Amino acid sequence: MAVKKNPATVIEAVQLSKRYADKAVVNKLDLKIEAGCFCGILGPNGAGKTTTLRMFIGHCPIDDGRLAIFGLNMPEQASLVRESIGVVPQMDNLDPDFTVEENLHVYGRFFGIAADVLKPRIVELLDFASLQDKAGSQISELSGGMRRRLSLARALINKPSLLILDEPTTGLDPQARQSIWQKLRALKKQGMTLVLTTHYMEEAERLCDRVIVMDHGEIKADAPPKELIRTEVESHVLEVHAADKALIAQVKTDPAIARFEKSGDIHFFYGNKFNQALAVLEQSTHDDYLFRPANLEDVFIKLTGRDLRE
Amino acid sequence: MNKLSQARLFLSRSVAIWSRNIRVWGKLAGPSLMGNFGEPLLYLLVLGYGLGQFVGEVEGLSYMAFLASGVICTSAVNSASFEGMYSAYTRMDVQQTWLGMLSTPIGVAEVVLGEVLWAATKSLISVSAILLVASGLGLVGDAWALFVLPVAFLTGLCFSSLALLVTSFARGYDFFLYYTTLFITPMVLLSGVFFPIASLPDFVQYLIKALPLYHAISLVRPLMTGGELTFVLLHVSVLLLFGLLAATLATHRIKKRLIK
Repeated sequence: MAVKKNPATVIEAVQLSKRYADKAVVNKLDLKIEAGCFCGILGPNGAGKTTTLRMFIGHCPIDDGRLAIFGLNMPEQASLVRESIGVVPQMDNLDPDFTVEENLHVYGRFFGIAADVLKPRIVELLDFASLQDKAGSQISELSGGMRRRLSLARALINKPSLLILDEPTTGLDPQARQSIWQKLRALKKQGMTLVLTTHYMEEAERLCDRVIVMDHGEIKADAPPKELIRTEVESHVLEVHAADKALIAQVKTDPAIARFEKSGDIHFFYGNKFNQALAVLEQSTHDDYLFRPANLEDVFIKLTGRDLRE
Repeated sequence: MNKLSQARLFLSRSVAIWSRNIRVWGKLAGPSLMGNFGEPLLYLLVLGYGLGQFVGEVEGLSYMAFLASGVICTSAVNSASFEGMYSAYTRMDVQQTWLGMLSTPIGVAEVVLGEVLWAATKSLISVSAILLVASGLGLVGDAWALFVLPVAFLTGLCFSSLALLVTSFARGYDFFLYYTTLFITPMVLLSGVFFPIASLPDFVQYLIKALPLYHAISLVRPLMTGGELTFVLLHVSVLLLFGLLAATLATHRIKKRLIK
């Protein structure tokens, strides 16, 4: 049996569950990801994102429910499924004993790809990852961004139709991050299905056509990022930093304020317009405030709360 | 997919892991050979020469000829054990190399077979080198000694499987000292490497005969010195059985550890 090249549904989870010591890490997850989708999974630490991804590649036994990738049952057919999946892990596991080029070659051999097929493909991938000049370099000589790009190139060695990325840009500088984003957009354009987890709202907002917010192993929201911002939170946010109580009390009298939160010395006011509150602030001597459109982070905080997760 | 092509796929994936490891070895062959082959050779020459003067003949052999078979087996045991513990642990835990492999179609059983095949190959490499020197020193009886090589490979398979089983429990490199100090070293000292086991108390002899190294030596010594081979099937079976059992348990344990 072979993997169907273009199944309409790439991932289908029904009531998918995973427990560690009686604690549900993934709880009755229902999820369908269509071919060609760029799907981002957001959630605080411990929300079950990585566990979900690990189930997708057969690295985590399923306690309950059903999971099919490319229409094949997991984890029974994990090996077959992985022939058509690329994985960029959270922690780089590049081979430090090998050069950049050897890393790609050896990894390709794990898929059973013949050496003569690998040769031109490696040239292509080094080009894609902007590592042409680094073919002979040791891994220890690469910057963090180069390592991530090499991990990405390695994940593409088998021409996967599904690419799974666990926090692909964590710890990278803005330039390196943008460079990864460009590559991922190019892959999406080629029709690849991508699933990524991230802690960067901006990353999900810019890249993904679908964002899933997870917490406590459950899906809290699932929609295109713009739609999430439109439907889950008010259109604007007024942030007032380090203001005295009297001023806050005055700002609060604006009837347009739909919702209000305090975190440390910052007050967040949510609503659609704040004519009165803004007038109060302008007339005061306090100038440390910010009036801005709502973004995905506001959605995230609303859905998962402000409590620290450690 | 029929059974035969499935088995072929399984083997070819294990060979891909074996090739990965031999490629790494190729980069560090110098120091690696020095450890696996230089040290046993020193034991052979120094003990063989020094003790040989006091001991004279053992079981009708010069002491150095007697010792050579023991040193060869010890070298097979140590090469495979080291690879199955320290190097395998590095790939399992420190570098997460196995997890990378498991993101391809490769499964845990294939990783274990690949690692065991590679560790046995290292035993083969060091034993070949020692055998070459031993024959130069005139310690080898005849061409039958070439059959020492498959025995070395089998011994490597057996002890690397045991080592992988130990590794599957390890939480750090220090853990391996328990296994080497409490198992490998006493076994090497008592299995007939340095002196015949007949000089030991009966119960120790029984114990030693229940462990695989004694059986490796029982095959290698007659092959090296032109002696009579006895109980070949028994000796081979013990090595195979220990290896198979350990490899199966190791696969199970490593699966539980990585796929959780």
